[in-house]
Amino acid sequence: MPKDEGIGASSKRREDLRFLTGKGKYTDDINLQGQAYAYFIRSDVAHGTINSIDTSAAEKMPGVEKVFTAADFEGVGGVPCGWQVTDRFGEVMQEPKHPVLAEGKVRHVGDPIAVVVADSLSEARDAAEAVEIDITELEPVLNMKDALKDGATKVHDDLTSNLCYDWGFVEENRDAVDAAIKGAHHVTTLELKNNRLVANPMEPRVAVAEFDSSTDDYTLYTTSQNPHVIRLLMGAFVLGIPEHKLRVVAPDVGGGFGAKIYHYAEEAFCTFAAKAVGRPVKWTSSRSEAFMSDAHGRDHVTKIELAMDKDGQFLALRTDTHANMGAYLSTFAPSIPTWLHGTLMAGNYKTPLIYVNVKAVFTNTVPVDAYRGAGRPEATFQLERVVDKAAREMGIDPIELRRRNFITEFPYATPVAVEYDTGDYHATMDKLLEMSDHAGFEKRAAESKKNGKLRGFGIAHYIEACGIAPSNLVGQLGARAGLYESATVRVNATGSISVMTGSHSHGQGHETSFAQVVADMIGVDEAQIDIIHGDTGRGPMGMGTYGSRSIAVGGSAMVRATEKIINKAKKIAAHLMEASEGDIELKDGAFTVAGTDKSVAWGDVTLAAYVPHNYPLEDIEPGLEETAFYDPANFTYPSGAYGCEVEVDPETGKVTVLAFSAADDFGNIINPMIVEGQVHGGLAQGIGQALVENCAYDENGQLLSGSYMDYTMPRADDLPMFNVDHSSITPCTHNPLGVKGCGEAGAIGSPPALVSAVVDALQRAGHTDVTHIDMPLTPDRVWAAMKS
Amino acid sequence: MNLSDSRTIKADIDTVWAALLSADVLKECVPGCQEMTGSPEDGFQAVVVQKVGPVKATFKGEVELREMQPPHSVKIVGAGKGGAAGFAKGGADVRLDADGDSTVLQYDVEAKVGGKLAQLGSRIIDGFAKKMADEFFTRFQNALEEPDEDETEAEEETARKGWFKRLVS
Repeated sequence: MPKDEGIGASSKRREDLRFLTGKGKYTDDINLQGQAYAYFIRSDVAHGTINSIDTSAAEKMPGVEKVFTAADFEGVGGVPCGWQVTDRFGEVMQEPKHPVLAEGKVRHVGDPIAVVVADSLSEARDAAEAVEIDITELEPVLNMKDALKDGATKVHDDLTSNLCYDWGFVEENRDAVDAAIKGAHHVTTLELKNNRLVANPMEPRVAVAEFDSSTDDYTLYTTSQNPHVIRLLMGAFVLGIPEHKLRVVAPDVGGGFGAKIYHYAEEAFCTFAAKAVGRPVKWTSSRSEAFMSDAHGRDHVTKIELAMDKDGQFLALRTDTHANMGAYLSTFAPSIPTWLHGTLMAGNYKTPLIYVNVKAVFTNTVPVDAYRGAGRPEATFQLERVVDKAAREMGIDPIELRRRNFITEFPYATPVAVEYDTGDYHATMDKLLEMSDHAGFEKRAAESKKNGKLRGFGIAHYIEACGIAPSNLVGQLGARAGLYESATVRVNATGSISVMTGSHSHGQGHETSFAQVVADMIGVDEAQIDIIHGDTGRGPMGMGTYGSRSIAVGGSAMVRATEKIINKAKKIAAHLMEASEGDIELKDGAFTVAGTDKSVAWGDVTLAAYVPHNYPLEDIEPGLEETAFYDPANFTYPSGAYGCEVEVDPETGKVTVLAFSAADDFGNIINPMIVEGQVHGGLAQGIGQALVENCAYDENGQLLSGSYMDYTMPRADDLPMFNVDHSSITPCTHNPLGVKGCGEAGAIGSPPALVSAVVDALQRAGHTDVTHIDMPLTPDRVWAAMKS
Repeated sequence: MNLSDSRTIKADIDTVWAALLSADVLKECVPGCQEMTGSPEDGFQAVVVQKVGPVKATFKGEVELREMQPPHSVKIVGAGKGGAAGFAKGGADVRLDADGDSTVLQYDVEAKVGGKLAQLGSRIIDGFAKKMADEFFTRFQNALEEPDEDETEAEEETARKGWFKRLVS
């Protein structure tokens, strides 16, 4: 029987009322008295030397406050990178300076060169036309492999090459892996690209900053997934503003998908300029700017080799990946192809030997960083695709080959340094086969054939590491921050509760699901609880939302803080009822004394805490407010089996996704409806990557897919009705809610399932030489594969 | 992108050559040209208003004539900045060969666009460049050729045709 309230109930998303009625309050809705508008002049060449910038004519234009260039930022720090990777030789990565405004050189189309601040946006834009910038174009660095050749043009003249790092994992296994592959019965090799994507949140980025000269306080309103991290990075590394003088607010945020994790130059600019011009400064990204300034995702080129014995047991896995960093290091960029990618290469399989090599390369393109899944989709895609190819080469059914190699005993320590606490991969596979009516596939395929279409079925089994992350571990791996989470539970005198969480909600529904947890623990109505987030001025230091960490880490902090509240409330209740604290029970919002009919209501206890007339003042303080910081002991490991059924039109190469089934194990579920919505969104983005999305540059480094005319987003009619299940539950063993996280799974598991389905359709139609097609599987690519 | 074509112009090679070096002719022939000043030796300065797909912009640019071998060949190199719209640049290798009373003009054009033009207009830029080149050389041809005997165009149009040739002859 589904619950109506609390943990496990499909409570309706309370935030949707304001989102769907146009009452959401986004950063662009914030307008400060006397604000000026910033317009960024961006490079329209990929690589060039700035010879001169003449702002004199522009500064005389109507309404212009000031035109800023790099010269105004002397003594100001660069935009920092939050993760330092150490390469396989023990050397730290090459880390170029990332100035707020381009200094001397421009390094990608969209690199900001100058900013006009004026009374209105139109005046700023007009004046921008009068800024004379003389740039000598240089040869652009675009192809990653060419970029690493001797004598290649360098993106950063002060670095020794375009190589950020050459990472080996686990380096000690390198020789053993090589030997195992050499001696194996069969080795399947696959070369593939993981296509570059643009995140495209519905709300473009915005920053509005003000400076109060009477107190020296700065306030920045920004579209961020983690305002505390922005405060830390911008305050400490860029502008030198101590935390107590800088408040960062991320109000309603219309989607992030990773692209709003990072600290961007525009945020630092507006904050700096607000003081420089003595009035608030606002910048709102246009969609065109978003394409060339929001961090991009993916862009890996990989060769993967899987060695097997004659029975298809996996013996060793070796990967060689070139990962595009773009022109500068975005906040978490170095960690994505390494610690969020290499550590997942075991997948769901007990492959004993694994070696992952990643060369991260600078190019004259927009910086690349985490995008929904972040490293884990890249790992899953290549692994599941090579397993699929291996199954064909070995003549073993792809489902059977996976089953033969599934990890079945937990905890399981992989050869790539992580320990899976729980999972049941056969259970999710069984569920998937049932949901997708796998048994009836041949009949459906025959039906398609009659209609002149090619039907195929593809499967993928994924694992991801979520609940990011144990701070001591990530510290060893090069993170320049901790990855705990915080919560303050403030119980008000009348019993209502304000929860300040360091997690940030930008579509995930925390205001609903987090309230369900606290309501369940105390036994009060969800309506009595408000979840407050996104304001460094209101809650304790928090690390924000990404890596499917909110409920696993943020939710756990909230549970710990609520436990402290309950413990203290029990002391007060014991005093009020003149009973022993050990005998106090809390149920349905009332305290009782075990074995008696004595009872005191939640509201009476909370009132006593703030009106402590009859109160154990000698033992405890008045008030009822507790804070907890939670640092996870391990990652969480959601996993699942995904099945995709497609039809290919042999005349045109057009792929139609007929059915998509997802059987996930997310551990315990707080709100099934929200989880289902998260999976739907992830699937839409994963299918988008596999089918239509692609960020393209031309040979001059010009961004060709710079608008929705050329960058295709998945639409409703590209997607089938999803068939989603999360009833296979192996609870996480190390967090109090037993939850694993569900935000990214859909985007991780779906691309390989879709590509394998198309390859299956083509193979069945006799195109046996087609073993892989690079994403996106547009009609022309599929058609070309059939004709090759 | 690259494109090549040839035209036979009913004018002698020296006339065609002189026209190629004339700022007035260039102004008349470059589609959307608002201003054209300068000389073959020092280069030309041009202001051109054009609309490429959704992007309309005023391009301010320089045109240089390089590798001049009168009256046989010249390389015309140009670059225009369109402010927020981005830039366009390119070159044309032009060769002239006498063919009786006429001149065969062959050209190879290479064009590049950047910034917003590339972001929004890349799909249509090839067609656009071809259209621009066609229009340029059609106008150029019209500026040089006598009106056809049997042509029944409006008087004004007739008057325009062959205007450069009348000027120099």
